[in-house]
Amino acid sequence: MSTTTHDTVAAHDDHHHGAPKGIMRWLLTTNHKDIGSMYLWFSFIMFLTGGAMAMVIRAELFQPGLQLVEPNFFNQMTTVHGLIMVFGAVMPAFTGLANWLIPMMIGAPDMALPRMNNWSFWILPFAFAMLIGSLFMEGGGPNFGWTFYAPLSTTYSPDTTGLFVFSVHIMGISSIMGAINVIVTIVNMRAPGMTWMKLPLFVWTWLITAFLLIAVMPVLAGAVTMVLTDKYFGTSFFDAAGGGDPVMFQHIFWFFGHPEVYIMILPSFGIISAIIPAFSRKRLFGYASMVYATASIAILSFLVWAHHMFTTGMPVFAELFFMYCTMLIAVPTGVKVFNWVATMWRGSMTFETPMLFALAFIILFTIGGFSGLMLAITPADFQYHDTYFVVAHFHYVLVTGAVFSIMAAAYYWLPKWTGHMYSETLGRWHFWCSVISVNVLFFPMHFLGLAGMPRRIPDYAIQFADINQIVSIGGFAFGLSQLIFLAVVIKCIRGGEKAADKPWEGAEGLEWTIASPAPYHSFTTPPEVK
Amino acid sequence: MTTKHENYYVPAQSAWPIVGAIGLFLIAFGAGNYVQQLSTEQSSGGYILVAGIAVIIFMIFGWFKNVIDESMSGLYSAQMDRSFRQGMSWFIFSEIMFFGAFFGALFYARMVAVPWLGGASNNAMTHELLWPTFEAIWPLIKTPDGTTTEAMPWTGLPLINTLLLLTSSVTLHFAHTSLEKNNRKPLVIWLALTIVLGVVFLFLQVEEYAHAYQDMGLTLQSGIYGNTFFLLTGFHGMHVTLGTVFLLVLFFRIIKGHFTADKHFAFQAGSWYWHFVDVVWLCLFVFVYVL
Repeated sequence: MSTTTHDTVAAHDDHHHGAPKGIMRWLLTTNHKDIGSMYLWFSFIMFLTGGAMAMVIRAELFQPGLQLVEPNFFNQMTTVHGLIMVFGAVMPAFTGLANWLIPMMIGAPDMALPRMNNWSFWILPFAFAMLIGSLFMEGGGPNFGWTFYAPLSTTYSPDTTGLFVFSVHIMGISSIMGAINVIVTIVNMRAPGMTWMKLPLFVWTWLITAFLLIAVMPVLAGAVTMVLTDKYFGTSFFDAAGGGDPVMFQHIFWFFGHPEVYIMILPSFGIISAIIPAFSRKRLFGYASMVYATASIAILSFLVWAHHMFTTGMPVFAELFFMYCTMLIAVPTGVKVFNWVATMWRGSMTFETPMLFALAFIILFTIGGFSGLMLAITPADFQYHDTYFVVAHFHYVLVTGAVFSIMAAAYYWLPKWTGHMYSETLGRWHFWCSVISVNVLFFPMHFLGLAGMPRRIPDYAIQFADINQIVSIGGFAFGLSQLIFLAVVIKCIRGGEKAADKPWEGAEGLEWTIASPAPYHSFTTPPEVK
Repeated sequence: MTTKHENYYVPAQSAWPIVGAIGLFLIAFGAGNYVQQLSTEQSSGGYILVAGIAVIIFMIFGWFKNVIDESMSGLYSAQMDRSFRQGMSWFIFSEIMFFGAFFGALFYARMVAVPWLGGASNNAMTHELLWPTFEAIWPLIKTPDGTTTEAMPWTGLPLINTLLLLTSSVTLHFAHTSLEKNNRKPLVIWLALTIVLGVVFLFLQVEEYAHAYQDMGLTLQSGIYGNTFFLLTGFHGMHVTLGTVFLLVLFFRIIKGHFTADKHFAFQAGSWYWHFVDVVWLCLFVFVYVL
């Protein structure tokens, strides 16, 4: 029950004196809060970078015909936009939140493996420097879509594909190390009395996410390795002439890819399950069912990958199997949405910015879920496949789902991180600008898709022009709205109304029992959880 | 649920992670350029790659030295020990999934891709239109585009290698039990024997590759059979190499008197890793060579 270890080695004395100063603090840190902050800032920079690429895409699509960029550059933009948003923005944001919050939520002093934690972070900027750098090299960057289907990524890919492959390897290593750290921390570092079914749901969802990460990131590594050898070393994994099969690429990729989409949404469920009860001033409805639903989604996620490939060609039996398994996922997801709504039922609700984002999450994520259900229907998918309907679907679950939950989390925990309240006025501006523009941006895409506009094309038939213009205007507005968020965060770090230890009346959890801002080392002695 | 709580240990700032990040970047950037330069005269990528590997080795030395020093000076609690153990187990799980991707490719090629090219299921027209003379057999010694090769028999070197590796798992287990009984001398002997078996395995593996390339025409370019053969056995060989280095480090630490009968996480981790590599080989032997 003590920290006597610090006295044995003089070099470790500085632990009690707070953060070291200067750039070395960030380069050499072993502190979960520092590393969490770096992850979050990195993710935000990547969000703006990937967003800028989305702006290029929307500008090009503002009018039919080729307007601004070469088709090949357009392809590079869609590819790198996807890669950056998935691996650079959403995943590191969740890892940043995990770093900041999990030790505080379970009453631990830090993550279990603090040095490895720092390594997991610092390899990421290098990976993305390489990926983005390849855009400026001879032959251009990756142009085969973030899914890098063979033979686009093998026979027809640019010379720089090797850099793409190795940057994905680094991202995978980073994710695996981060996930190992999360699991080990949760299993080993819980405060006395913090039993499994008392864990905050954010911790539970991250535990399951971490398991998914360790299970599928190595499969992605295998996929890029085969792409590498096919392109540079004359193998024919994805080439029928050598006995391989390009369809095999899709199976391997989506075996990674489908659990990956749950990696990007399960932590969101945890965040929403913290925020909805706090602002409804009620306990979460159906805690245990939330845990089981999360686990069910994770297990099912390994059995549905081929619903991304209905039109690729496989035996009818397989199509039916994957269709029914996919639809089954709607059940645990429905349990979750039901529980959130039931939590709010007769709650005494207030609508601060985190709650606004959480509410928008529930409604808009559910829209994305329903369009997912439509896509799961094999015969219908033959119509929707590779159209803007798919683009609308996954942006509803990833932007108004994952990204909105990250925004909600940032507003909810900013007072704990910075010690100041954020500007509620600006926060609401950010919310309303975002929620309106995001729907102008993505909702009409459903209609474009149903009318048959294909995705990943720089040009389109003239009848799609009006809706594309509306979509682009929504896109620019959504992009600009995020600058308000940047302003809120900077303002909140620099000052503002002093935040109480527990600034939200209905908030629950160990993180609210410590000071705001959270001290550099939160729980040097473990708290007792009753 | 543990009710009693031990000391926490949070290490001070460390330079090794950032050194490692730079090393990994050099490896990735170097390798990315190296493959791009394969068909050219340039070779800068290769040098960067080698520099990266050097930095990583330097980092591993320094980082592990720190950890070993901390461990030897008794800074670690039972909680740290558990964290390390579980971390290692999850790492091995991730390795299993990595091999899983390549075994998946092998099974898919064998059960689906090759039979379909031969007209199985509802693919009669594929067969008729693309390569009507193609014969779907496994091992695929003649690819649709006509590349021919020979299949590696499981008798001979592969069988010997299987026996070597299985034996090495047993000798390592004896080393482990000796350590637990604190019999240092048999520990050293059994561990040394394990390392020797590992090295002989690697040597024979190189022999097998040379035989495949020079006498059998079985190369990395021999179509899906050669692809799965070389990538699976190659990655396995890399893991044996790593495992052997791991065991060598343990050997020198034991000579220096490290580890006690009840505290020897590093030994445990090395032994887990070795057994894991062994199990992968068994799967390889069955699915790549025998069947």
